[in-house]
Amino acid sequence: MNTAPVVTAPVATTGAGALVRSLEALGVEVVFGIPGGTILPAYDPLFDSSVRHILVRHEQGAGHAATGYAQATGKVGVCMATSGPGATNLVTAIADAYMDSVPIVAITGQVSRAAIGTDAFQEADIQGITLPITKHNFLVQTPEELPRIMAEAFHLAATGRPGPVLVDIPKDVQQAQTTFAWPPVLDLPGYRPTLHPHGKQIREAARLIAAAKRPVLYVGGGVLKAGATDGLRKLAELTGMPVVSTLMALGAFPDSHPQHLGMPGMHGTVPAVYALQKSDLLVTLGARFDDRVTGKLDSFAPDAKIVHADIDPAEIGKNRHADVPIVGDARHVIDELIAAVSATSGGVEQYPAWWSTLNDLRERYPLGYEEPTDGTLAPQYVIERISELVGPDAIYCAGVGQHQMWASQFIKFEKPGSWLNSGGAGTMGYAVPAAMGAKVAQPDTAVWAIDGDGCFQMTNQELATCALEGIPIKVAVINNGNLGMVRQWQTLFYDGRYSNTELGTHKHRIPDFVKLAEALGCVGLRCESKDDVDKIIKQAMEINDAPVVIDFTVGKDAMVWPMVAAGTSNDEIMFARDVRPTFEEDDL
Amino acid sequence: MTNKHTLSVLVENKPGVLARVSGLFSRRSFNIDSLAVGETENPDVSRITIVVNADSSPLEQVTKQLNKLVNVLKIVELDPTQSVQRELLLVKVRADRAQRGQVLETVELFRARVIDVAPDTLTIEATGNPDKLDALLRDLEPYGIKEMVQSGLVAIGRGSRSITTGPALRAA
Repeated sequence: MNTAPVVTAPVATTGAGALVRSLEALGVEVVFGIPGGTILPAYDPLFDSSVRHILVRHEQGAGHAATGYAQATGKVGVCMATSGPGATNLVTAIADAYMDSVPIVAITGQVSRAAIGTDAFQEADIQGITLPITKHNFLVQTPEELPRIMAEAFHLAATGRPGPVLVDIPKDVQQAQTTFAWPPVLDLPGYRPTLHPHGKQIREAARLIAAAKRPVLYVGGGVLKAGATDGLRKLAELTGMPVVSTLMALGAFPDSHPQHLGMPGMHGTVPAVYALQKSDLLVTLGARFDDRVTGKLDSFAPDAKIVHADIDPAEIGKNRHADVPIVGDARHVIDELIAAVSATSGGVEQYPAWWSTLNDLRERYPLGYEEPTDGTLAPQYVIERISELVGPDAIYCAGVGQHQMWASQFIKFEKPGSWLNSGGAGTMGYAVPAAMGAKVAQPDTAVWAIDGDGCFQMTNQELATCALEGIPIKVAVINNGNLGMVRQWQTLFYDGRYSNTELGTHKHRIPDFVKLAEALGCVGLRCESKDDVDKIIKQAMEINDAPVVIDFTVGKDAMVWPMVAAGTSNDEIMFARDVRPTFEEDDL
Repeated sequence: MTNKHTLSVLVENKPGVLARVSGLFSRRSFNIDSLAVGETENPDVSRITIVVNADSSPLEQVTKQLNKLVNVLKIVELDPTQSVQRELLLVKVRADRAQRGQVLETVELFRARVIDVAPDTLTIEATGNPDKLDALLRDLEPYGIKEMVQSGLVAIGRGSRSITTGPALRAA
């Protein structure tokens, strides 16, 4: 990630000094963290370093901020915590980054070497705890190995299939004397990611594309991580194939592009879900046949041949057999596919019959929502207006739940890196700290967190960090007074028995989000009627010297549609409550 | 029994690597039938021999997941017909003076060895493939088995080819 290679002749320092110098040499701009007993030695040289440290209020916030930073830049995000509870508070954020393949490095203090294993004060086996949720982790044994381990950690996090790496450093290793020199020699004999696809498989994929009648480009987050969006557009336009983008890939292909059918999956568009189901060829790029996309797996895309390209060989064939497996970086895969398709067919398969079916579906089943009849504010309208007024140049972060799905549906994404959310882990509370990290990474870009009232109450303490550190994010709380997505399932599948989903943010206005925002050093606004939506969004857009929280008080009964109920087939997609789309037989 | 697979996993000889490998099996809901670990001719490389009971498709998945572990250098599945597979068994059998002759005959038959003698027991060491050791135990059972301990299976390919060569292993 460093632009010019840093070369440092050996100098005497401590382990902590070697750690901070390594961060500088690796080009780290910012670390999100909280000091504590066992990481204190590292905080001393950090005090004088060019690396900015942002003091968060909870370590989970540091982890998600590092993730938001990484997702907004493609660079490695860094978070830091002390041993024991400091480290375990990072666990959710690390698991989240693991599920969404986000490159972060977590640095934790550990009790001194002699105390490890004695149940010492603030001791936790964080290496053991994070074994299943990191790409790799290290327990540093000597100060001499620190520069090499830091370089390895950043290399592992950023290359191949990206992911979180944890470096646990005992306090006495930080204190011990050592010499620091840069660059170190990496020692990773077992780590050799495959970047370039096999030519034979690429040619076979091109042959299938030329022969297909109903192909679909099924695009996942890997395309964004590989920086392959220009190539994706070329490939799509060259062949005329329809494109569906998963939740993790929104922004990879412009929503406004006529070939984009939208998002597939549980709350995907009818045309996107239908296209996958009726396809005869899925060209899968950096996606992983997640259960939220496939629905009931054995009825997913039953007639489709599968071309599956992924940088992680373990994803290929994991959930769905691949007829043409391609291991490689999405950018190389797409570039070579473009060349092979051009050579095979000249690339002009425009699939007119397939498009006429899909266009008909687009017309009959567009994304939409019903205006509430009880006079409440429609949450979808709020999000639609934010998208319209703030525009496609902003970065949007979401928490997890109904507001996340509405954001994925009603924000118009045109650019890569403009949509950050917790896709795999589904971590409520992701939005505020991730938005903070993204805003630190892109200070000149507007960053809007679309949050729910449940999610917001999990991590809003980081607004204090934002207020003090000059990180003016906007938070639109889509406040329906309930754990909305859970309530929706209770409405649909538990006879409307609303067990423990009412949060009291409507009924009792506890907490009062406007007052809470003000207490945290932010501007608090409230919007309760449709007429005020535009005005209040514009008011928020004009405030750039403080974070802004808007309490959009919306109706509690709005539901996310379309929906494929969990565990059912994509064929059972519901367009709205009790409305099944009709697919004419001659559609095919 | 046909679903048993023997994997030889070459790993960097570093602390915690065994936990990474065994943890991966349990996390992906695979049961390990047997596991043995030890150094190779290269002290930087350890060899873990794992016997798993799995269909070929999940086995492929777990092999790919193993390959993703940074400390794993190489994985080879050893075909039972193309490799030699051995376990070590130590067993303490009840054998008073009257029975000792019969027990020793069984020991002889299986080319096992007596490694300790007490007035009423014999302790026997045997190596072999799992079938042979099962057969030995079946024959010893009537006398009364007081205690037994068994190693994990280790295996090596037949012929002159070696799996511990290759670029990754040289670098290690």
